[in-house]
Amino acid sequence: MSVFLLLVVIAVLSVAGFVLCRQRALKSVDGNIRRLHSLPGYYGWFGFILASIPALLALALWLIIQPLVIERQLSSFFPAEMIEDPSARTLLFADVRRVAAGLDTAVAQGAMSEDQAERVRTEFGSVRDRLAAVGVALGAEVTPAVLAAAQEYREMARVGVIGRSILTLILSVAGLVFAIRATGPDFRARNRVEQVVLALLILSSTIAILTTVGIVLSMLSESLRFFTMYPAADFFFNLTWSPNFRGNSELGLIPLLWGTLYISLISMLVSVPIGLFAAIYLAEYASNRVRSVVKPLIEVIAGIPTVVFGLFALVTVGPLLRDYFAQPFGLGNSGSSVMTAGIVIGILNIPFISSLADDIINAVPQSMRDGSLGLGATKSETIKKVVLPAALPGIMGAVLMAASRAIGETMIVTMGAGAAARLDLNPFEAMTTITVKIVSQLTGDTEFNSPETLVAFALGMSLFVITLGLNILALWIVRKYREQYE
Amino acid sequence: MNDMTHKGLDLATQTAKISASGVQVHYGTNHALKDVDVTILDRTVTAFIGPSGCGKSTFLRCLNRMNDTVASCRVSGQILLEGEDIYDRRVDPVQLRAKVGMVFQKPNPFPKSIYDNVAYGPKIHGMTRNKAELDAIVEASLRKAALWNEVKDRLDATGTGLSGGQQQRLCIARAIATSPEVLLMDEPCSALDPIATAQVEELIDELRHQYSVVIVTHSMQQAARVSQKTAFFHLGNLVEFGETGAIFTNPKDTRTEAYITGRIG
Repeated sequence: MSVFLLLVVIAVLSVAGFVLCRQRALKSVDGNIRRLHSLPGYYGWFGFILASIPALLALALWLIIQPLVIERQLSSFFPAEMIEDPSARTLLFADVRRVAAGLDTAVAQGAMSEDQAERVRTEFGSVRDRLAAVGVALGAEVTPAVLAAAQEYREMARVGVIGRSILTLILSVAGLVFAIRATGPDFRARNRVEQVVLALLILSSTIAILTTVGIVLSMLSESLRFFTMYPAADFFFNLTWSPNFRGNSELGLIPLLWGTLYISLISMLVSVPIGLFAAIYLAEYASNRVRSVVKPLIEVIAGIPTVVFGLFALVTVGPLLRDYFAQPFGLGNSGSSVMTAGIVIGILNIPFISSLADDIINAVPQSMRDGSLGLGATKSETIKKVVLPAALPGIMGAVLMAASRAIGETMIVTMGAGAAARLDLNPFEAMTTITVKIVSQLTGDTEFNSPETLVAFALGMSLFVITLGLNILALWIVRKYREQYE
Repeated sequence: MNDMTHKGLDLATQTAKISASGVQVHYGTNHALKDVDVTILDRTVTAFIGPSGCGKSTFLRCLNRMNDTVASCRVSGQILLEGEDIYDRRVDPVQLRAKVGMVFQKPNPFPKSIYDNVAYGPKIHGMTRNKAELDAIVEASLRKAALWNEVKDRLDATGTGLSGGQQQRLCIARAIATSPEVLLMDEPCSALDPIATAQVEELIDELRHQYSVVIVTHSMQQAARVSQKTAFFHLGNLVEFGETGAIFTNPKDTRTEAYITGRIG
């Protein structure tokens, strides 16, 4: 039974569980709902849950564990030295699976009988040719060991499919029967269903946290591998970035960090004043009609993909800055520059800051403004001296979040600032950032075994630590200075 | 309601501070206040009473043009502050509000220190030349608001950390720091417990010696306790206006009598 068919059967059983449990509950009290502990729908949902969730969990576990078990069993087909290296091992088992899939296809198309597929031997002709005839392309001739392993793989997979189907169907039916037997006027179906919902909510929140932990751990392990190949002191303090895939690379973080911070600084200089002023206008001065038009228009910017911003930087802002600022003032003649990327990222962040700051300013109670106006302050004084100070912690939080976004931005920097790692003060020079270098070190057909590629993980880790630090700082500021208005 | 006499004050000798005549207020199409004439005397507490939605707060907010901040509000008629029309084009509402201070229903201290709350008005109006003068104003205002002894050791603490009654007295101190001539109070005790209410009422009685005070209240006992003149509003009309003692003991209008005896409201 295929997984899809299994899912259909479980779905049918679950719906049956809903209907049967609901009916049984109603019948047990002769249709008098008030004698039931819970509404009839809850009994139905209880039946639905018991028929589906245990079976689905078992199916998911089976699908995860079966390949691992099979791989372990198949190891005996190959000499130990062939599967010692993890990457060679991965390639080998990929071959086995491909041959097995090829045999399946051949059987399905009638080019081989099931029996032939099981007994075909490399000694009597090329398996590769026979599989190519049914449209399965293999890179190299199939070795006897791989073919034997593939045949064993098919056998075990067939057994696995049968076991999987039996287990899930038994669980589904057992759950259904249990739910039907449990249903009765005194059974607290509502509480049980709510427990399941609670578990679902907890699971969802844990998944987000576990994912973060997983990302950190995977980056950490690769970073540690990098530091065994390349001295940490050189990485953190070397002033040169010149990777060389033939060896002798100089992988200094400082020029990339400088580019990242320089571009972020310029972007913040653009986005914070403009975003904040726009927010003040929208929240305090704009009439409802203006607000209802202007706010969505500003937020349109937030919906533009960053790669489009990159194009804007590449063809418009870059040449403009070069022709009218950099060249006339003798500051260089590079189309891509820190200034270009900084300004465009700044524009990208304007709606982010203005939208958040607008919400925060609106959250300052009207009674604050009344109090200030009632003392004879003008509107502007009220905003400067009462509203903004009260909103400041929230605004700081928004600004730091925007800074994290600027630091993590990749596409605009790639297209606007160039790829040359450089330590320079001139904002019209091309520089590059950590994110761009992570991409360029991992682009192409590379293996994760040289410092030149593994450095990407150390860079990613550094970036993660920087943005995490900024976010923690933002949270801390917001908590510490949050004002109780009441 | 034991003391309904006018506390030894002869109303006849007091001059008019604010005189309003023919005041109409519209909120959009809603006619909220109809043809109101009231004279507010100097150094007197005037109470506005009436059921919710009767227009008393609206009228109060006309007196310092706080209604200007409501876009749909239109005010017509004449309101004179010491003979000057406050709705005249030449009058800057910002300066008017410095002369006619306001205390709101819910205590609304700024999220700043106690000192900065009180110093806010004097700072924006440039009333002082140096820190010492500002210190003096802050202390004097807090003393007048009967809050000095409770907060003098923690002027740097945030104003929002005070108790409800203290917050309202802080707001009163903040309002009197700009030396207004009239103090408007919009139900200043409705969010306070009885002890804090008693403190604020005592304070209002003190303030009467220097300012003209207008208080909107839902409590008739409070109106009787603190005011010398009372105006009764009903459905946007000024029904009756006169000395507090007379209003409460011998109302001329049947609606006033019905309200103070609890039959309408």
